[in-house]
Amino acid sequence: MAAPLTLLLIVAVTIRAVLFRSSWAELISERVEVVSPLNAWKRVVEGLALLDLGVSPYSGDVFHETPFMIYLFHFVVDYAEIVFMIADGITAVALYLSIQTYNKNVFRKQKYALESDRYPADCLELLRSPKEMFYIPLKVAMFYLLNPFTILSCVAKSTCGLNNAIIALFILCTLKGSALLSGILLALATYQSIYPLTLFAPALLFFLQRLYIPVNLRRSSFWFFTLQYAFIYVGSLVVITGLSFFLLGSWDFIPSVYGFIFSVPDLTPNIGLFWYFFAEMFEHFRLFFICVFQINVFFYTIPLSIKLKEHPVFLIFMQIAIISIFKSYPTVGDVALYMAFLPAWSHLYRFLRNIFLVSCVLLACSALFPVLWHLWIYAGSANSNFYYAITLLFNFGQILLVSDYFYAYLRREHHLTHGLYLKKKDGTEATLVLK
Amino acid sequence: MAAHRCGLSLVCILIFSSLAHPSSCDTLEKANDNTAEKRSISEVNTDGSVAGEALNERQWQSTDAEVDRSDSTTHSEALTPAAARDEFQEELVIRPLHSGDIYASFQFRTLWDTDFLQEGQKVSHYRLFPKSLGQVLSKFSVRELHISFTQGFWRTMQWGQPFIPSPPGAELWVWFHDTVSDVDGNWKELTNVLSGIFCASLNFIDLTNTVQPSASFKPLGLGNATDHRFLRYATLPREIVCTENLTPWKKLLPCGSKAGLAVLMKSEKLFHSSFHSQAVHIRPICQDEQCSSKAWELRQTLNVVFDLHTSGQGKKEWSLFKMFSRTLTEACPLASSSKVYVDITDNPEGELFELSPATPLLGQAVVLGDRRTYSVYDLSRAETFGQLRSFNLLLRWKGDSGDMLRPLLHAERYVAGFGLQTGEIHTVIYNNHPYRAFPVLLMDSVPWYLQLYIHTLTVTSKSRDNKPSYIHYQPAKDRHRPHLLEMLIQLPPHSMTEVTVQFERALLKWTEYTPDPNHGFYVGSSVVSALVPSMVAMRTNFTQDQPLFSSFVPVKEESSYFVRVYTEPLLVNLPTPDFSMPYNVICLTCTVVAVGYGSFYNLLTRTFQVDEPSPPLSKRLANLIRRMRGVPLLT
Repeated sequence: MAAPLTLLLIVAVTIRAVLFRSSWAELISERVEVVSPLNAWKRVVEGLALLDLGVSPYSGDVFHETPFMIYLFHFVVDYAEIVFMIADGITAVALYLSIQTYNKNVFRKQKYALESDRYPADCLELLRSPKEMFYIPLKVAMFYLLNPFTILSCVAKSTCGLNNAIIALFILCTLKGSALLSGILLALATYQSIYPLTLFAPALLFFLQRLYIPVNLRRSSFWFFTLQYAFIYVGSLVVITGLSFFLLGSWDFIPSVYGFIFSVPDLTPNIGLFWYFFAEMFEHFRLFFICVFQINVFFYTIPLSIKLKEHPVFLIFMQIAIISIFKSYPTVGDVALYMAFLPAWSHLYRFLRNIFLVSCVLLACSALFPVLWHLWIYAGSANSNFYYAITLLFNFGQILLVSDYFYAYLRREHHLTHGLYLKKKDGTEATLVLK
Repeated sequence: MAAHRCGLSLVCILIFSSLAHPSSCDTLEKANDNTAEKRSISEVNTDGSVAGEALNERQWQSTDAEVDRSDSTTHSEALTPAAARDEFQEELVIRPLHSGDIYASFQFRTLWDTDFLQEGQKVSHYRLFPKSLGQVLSKFSVRELHISFTQGFWRTMQWGQPFIPSPPGAELWVWFHDTVSDVDGNWKELTNVLSGIFCASLNFIDLTNTVQPSASFKPLGLGNATDHRFLRYATLPREIVCTENLTPWKKLLPCGSKAGLAVLMKSEKLFHSSFHSQAVHIRPICQDEQCSSKAWELRQTLNVVFDLHTSGQGKKEWSLFKMFSRTLTEACPLASSSKVYVDITDNPEGELFELSPATPLLGQAVVLGDRRTYSVYDLSRAETFGQLRSFNLLLRWKGDSGDMLRPLLHAERYVAGFGLQTGEIHTVIYNNHPYRAFPVLLMDSVPWYLQLYIHTLTVTSKSRDNKPSYIHYQPAKDRHRPHLLEMLIQLPPHSMTEVTVQFERALLKWTEYTPDPNHGFYVGSSVVSALVPSMVAMRTNFTQDQPLFSSFVPVKEESSYFVRVYTEPLLVNLPTPDFSMPYNVICLTCTVVAVGYGSFYNLLTRTFQVDEPSPPLSKRLANLIRRMRGVPLLT
């Protein structure tokens, strides 16, 4: 399997290198869909320039990266293109290895269940075969590396690629069972963009499952492990934040990075739901709606964890998708990360209800983004509503996609316990409904 | 050494006044004689002065003072005012410009040797100094206050340098006393009070358009304050100046618009002009050469440029009556001196224009590095008004107007780029001096909604990179603070220096746009401050009758002069949201969020069940009846 992966990496790097050298690179790096105020490369360079002038990068409102990013790029600013290509490579390899591990686990569990004869007889066609699962890790890596969204994000040198790499490494460490590394990487991801803190729940569930600790609030072993993992996570978060304080000598970065993420002062258009909503918001409802929209991102964590407590990896996917839809400054790089997981759920395909519609919506939106942007900003023949409408549709498509996969996953689980061909009382073929 | 010079200057003044006093009729030779002394006086003055910036003002002052002295000596015998601690002077300078336009500059100066800032002592007796301003000064502990309202843009390339430059719109800069603890609070209140006094929208000055320049605006008066924490500078480039600003300004004058030069200020004429600028400058100054006591100077200036060349129906002539629709009949009785100057430097032999009534009185002054000759009309003398008891200055052009000026320092600015996403600000600074390089301070204050990228800053002169030797940059905070960029750039001789910086346009909240959002947003002028090598020092043919000993080495105070050039304000378009549909946007976005919430909620709370279709309504009714009858139900 190493050879195709290497080939894939070479192809991906070649595409990126060619685009970096082309005149498109500058055009791409200005696209609002690809870069946001949080992760634009132009702003990283600006932060470094401010540092050179002896001005704190956080004294203005241009730079919103974390202090670690400044110090990383302080040394590698000349090799930025290579750094971003390596980051994409790391993400792809990490996802590849994680999905490989995950598939092994899934297959092993399926074998035990089969041996203990837990599946209904008509469910055999739902079971997964090693042959079908063999290429899934490669497909995942390919979905990430060759996704136009990832390529654009990398060519624009959006630091979103680095955040994705951290999250991918976190998933790998979690699936490999290293609680320490997983906690540290999760802290790092949280430090970078706050939202990944919701991944704490799936990671914890995964470890508990792996160590055969039941989720039972009255069991001391449950609390022992939970506290242990939380300690690793919070401890490393404190250490990282403290380190940034010592690097910079001030706490300025807290309001400038996290305050900026939460209070959404910059209304530059992007593919998310926040910008136009808060540009048009009545001033006295502003705080209320900011709270509502921000809570919305974190809101689904607990119910999803309860519903999916047996399936932490799918929960990770759901959480990443929800973050990338509802976060305050989303870019296509965030979308690319959760889309890379889609091949891992290829066995759900038969239960997806409207995948065709959703794919068409997402493709059409991706094509219309630059068109309507041009009409609004450059041609002046359209107004902001056009671009807004397309972001609305794009998010609607994403929500449909994620909820469709969620539905399919739940339905497959239902069939695995109750049989595939359900009968009514009178013996006719029954339809399944949600009640 | 300094003491020696002061002594010398005193001697000079004595000699001068003794010369001036007995001669009842001034002649041209006498005026020429005066210049040597004038120079020595102004030299002493500038040596004693604190800031280089005050240079040109000082020169004016010194020449003024010394011309006044000759008059006051003649008057003092007749009037002998009773130890007045305040005095008032008024003057009007008229300069025919190269382009054929007329530049009229009124200056009114009130001096008062009181101390507003003294603790515990409340100044309550006001004579010439306006009480409204005096109270403001003492309440807010203002050390220096400069405010200007300008309509139109001063065209340096056509008109040369103005006496007192000002940017289009309103400009306010204030040095607070260093005892002030809450400078921002004082500033906020002060702008609101001034807004009331001058009927202007100065109350729109807040933290988002206020900066603290570190080097460009030094105090012009006494006091060597360098701590720019006590300085506040703000411009409102959008401010429209009109009659309602002129009327309160006129009311500050001791004679109002009833007598003196102020009767000429009729708003229907003043605002029918190419350029109109009115200003108030308050600063503490020395009262005498030794600076033993301090006085407050209130200087009200009004500058107008009339475009009589095109509106004169083919005839190239102007008069006071034509410009102001009034003639002068008397000086302000409260004024210690009241004069009208006409710049006749370009017209030494009368070949360019003809001036009537002619005056025997000539004056010379070094203004903005150039030695100018003026015809002086003293309004405090009865003979100025002639038989008709009315003074109407008439100037008839003879020759063609001159070619374009090439001011030594000139700056312009524009926005490059297309679309509403990004852009680039270009500032072009010209040094037209043939062989001397000099440094300039460029100050830019850019509102927060244009996000500057300082790493894209380039300074090029003669197509080579010209690294600024000093950069002070304060990045903007959204909705709190504008960008402030100050640079010290060395301009090579005879060159064009281009400063470019890229910016990104922000999308604002819909309530933050002005009522006409697609008109665009104004960005205030950038300020170029420089010590420019003087034209006088540049002149190599010393054919004027000067003493030979004075002309070998160029004199120091004339070798450079301070000048401030304001560029054009910028008009920048920002992307706009659709203002008509906040409700729609709120509803639509919330719908999408609700679709997300709803579908997740559905999947989270419900379980899969086999669909058992409920029996049709007729069957259910039948079963209901059967149940009442006690008959077995239908299935």
